[in-house]
Amino acid sequence: MTVDFLVLALLTIITASTPLVFAAIGEIVVEKAGVLNLGIEGMMIVGAIGAFAVAVTTGDPTLAIIAGALSGLVLAFIFGFLTLFLLSNQVATGLALTIFGIGFSALLGHGFVGKTFSGLPKLNIAGLSDIPGIGPLLFGQDALVYLSVASAIGVTWFLGRTRWGLAVRAVGENHDAAHSIGFSVTLIRLAAVLFGGAMAGLGGAYLSLAHTPLWVENMTAGRGWIALALVVFASWKAWRAFFGAYLFGGITIIQLHAQGFGVDVPSQILSMLPYLATIVVLVLISRDDTRARLNAPACLGKSFHASG
Amino acid sequence: MKRFSKLAALTVAALATATMAMSGGAQAQSDPLKVGFVYVGPIGDHGWSYEHNQGRLAIEKEFGDKVKTTFVEKVPEGADAQRVISQLATSGHDLIFTTSFGYMNPTLRAAKKFPKVAFEHATGFKRSDNVATYSARFYEGRHVVGLIAGKMTKTNIIGYVASFPIPEVIRGINAVAIAARSVNPDVRIKVVWVSSWFDPGKEADAAKTMIDQGADIIMQHTDSPAPIQVAESRGVWAIGQASNMSAFGPKSHLTAIIDNWSPYYVARTRAVLDGSWKSGDTWGGFKSGMVQMAPYNSAVPADVVALAETARKGIIDGSVHPFAGPFKDQSGKIVVPAGEIAPDGMLLGMDFYVEGVDSKIP
Repeated sequence: MTVDFLVLALLTIITASTPLVFAAIGEIVVEKAGVLNLGIEGMMIVGAIGAFAVAVTTGDPTLAIIAGALSGLVLAFIFGFLTLFLLSNQVATGLALTIFGIGFSALLGHGFVGKTFSGLPKLNIAGLSDIPGIGPLLFGQDALVYLSVASAIGVTWFLGRTRWGLAVRAVGENHDAAHSIGFSVTLIRLAAVLFGGAMAGLGGAYLSLAHTPLWVENMTAGRGWIALALVVFASWKAWRAFFGAYLFGGITIIQLHAQGFGVDVPSQILSMLPYLATIVVLVLISRDDTRARLNAPACLGKSFHASG
Repeated sequence: MKRFSKLAALTVAALATATMAMSGGAQAQSDPLKVGFVYVGPIGDHGWSYEHNQGRLAIEKEFGDKVKTTFVEKVPEGADAQRVISQLATSGHDLIFTTSFGYMNPTLRAAKKFPKVAFEHATGFKRSDNVATYSARFYEGRHVVGLIAGKMTKTNIIGYVASFPIPEVIRGINAVAIAARSVNPDVRIKVVWVSSWFDPGKEADAAKTMIDQGADIIMQHTDSPAPIQVAESRGVWAIGQASNMSAFGPKSHLTAIIDNWSPYYVARTRAVLDGSWKSGDTWGGFKSGMVQMAPYNSAVPADVVALAETARKGIIDGSVHPFAGPFKDQSGKIVVPAGEIAPDGMLLGMDFYVEGVDSKIP
């Protein structure tokens, strides 16, 4: 196995993992604020078509990325308005958001089926990007890959080290207490939900701009649900979600490689591995009741009303 | 864990609410014949369901006011399918096309309840008085692309993105292997199963994986054009699936095997209109026009085009058969000896790889 081959395999793993990183890290902030948004899949797919439509129409990758984030954000706003202001059930609203997003994106994307886009430009630093091995891996990615790494670091820092991060966690752990010391529970949650939407939108944008630069209906193919599982897998820690996403992407690609090499392992078992890993982690973290409670935000999924 | 059981239950409920898309057929003065279609993918998949929808449009074009067509897309194979099929039958459809293998049992059960409705099930093998089956001999097209691939490959590795290990897919892989090795005995076929008919991301990853492992020709038995795009960006060749996918890889797309359901759909609709419809089985290929080749890329040398066209014409006049012996299975045992042709029964139930395929059947 040569270095070149390993580099190529790692590059494929990065592209497979990046959409999951965005969506999972966004959802961590949402859930840390005590909101369960099951609409990741819907926000991702709308982000994918939003970004792709702008990419094809304007040809500008930067505008396309912004459009992807904004599309996810708009969908998240609908969710936030319904669950935070009208106090609708978060589980049902989130599911509805996914179904709505898939249908709505198909409608929006009607005129974009069969169009192509050249893909996101890759960073190219003379000298650095050409170093064999680490050059293409570290210095030859597109902007979204770097942004996904930055978001994992940024969210870890924000939640753990900043005053507003503490406010987000307080709102998620005990909204009554947070309210009583003067935090606006609803507005903090709305901000978290919008952030989650923008991140899911970026994940979708990565799919339609970089992973497979095209638009086809339902192209997220369940990645939003994997991201949701990753949040639990990572026990609500951003850096763990980052590695979880790479583990997921890695197992997916390794099983494809194993098949290509004719390794005599049933491909169904290999396809099952990422999901099996999630279940194992779920069992492990919920084995100890106190630890499970420490990890999961205590007010997750509960509506808040100031009068209550 | 409560949230996950809740999530699972709600997801099931959500899936059960399959979206219904009604197409606006022309309104007729008299009672038009209502023709229903059930698709497994979105009509925008640019592959399988797209081509079935082209067949539906051909019916509308041919019969105008005399027919009214309806389609339901993205119907999961299984219990939902039966509900959708029955609903089409209840709402007065006289002819219903169910266009995926997994609709076989749902179609038969619905047909039992609605004996006056004519059902047409694609790629299945179970029939009844009011359920006819039809499929296309895609392997004839696979033979032609196998010849082209055998001639065009430099690394002697063909990468094959596969969906599910059913005879239909295995037959295609074998047809490619036999044809490619007949012009280039060093060719090996790598197969990667993605366990989906339609997952652009996974299809792209599978294509990348095989290119990393040395494949310089990518073929697919999945429905999205994503593998073609990967081939284009990595500078290797690709073969399109189900419809002409050259827009996704102008340089890399050598040709595509096109499913052309229109003549069959028009003929069966006419049969219902004039009362001559009968159940039966149709397995058409190049000869009946059900399988066609997309235009060859200009990068294909003239002698290779000539080879491909000779094979295609040979299949039409019967002088060439993609599964003519001798060929061996993976263990080297002769399956069909020289001078014989694999019978349709063997083709329909094909569950082994021929020599030259590197993987094992999952």
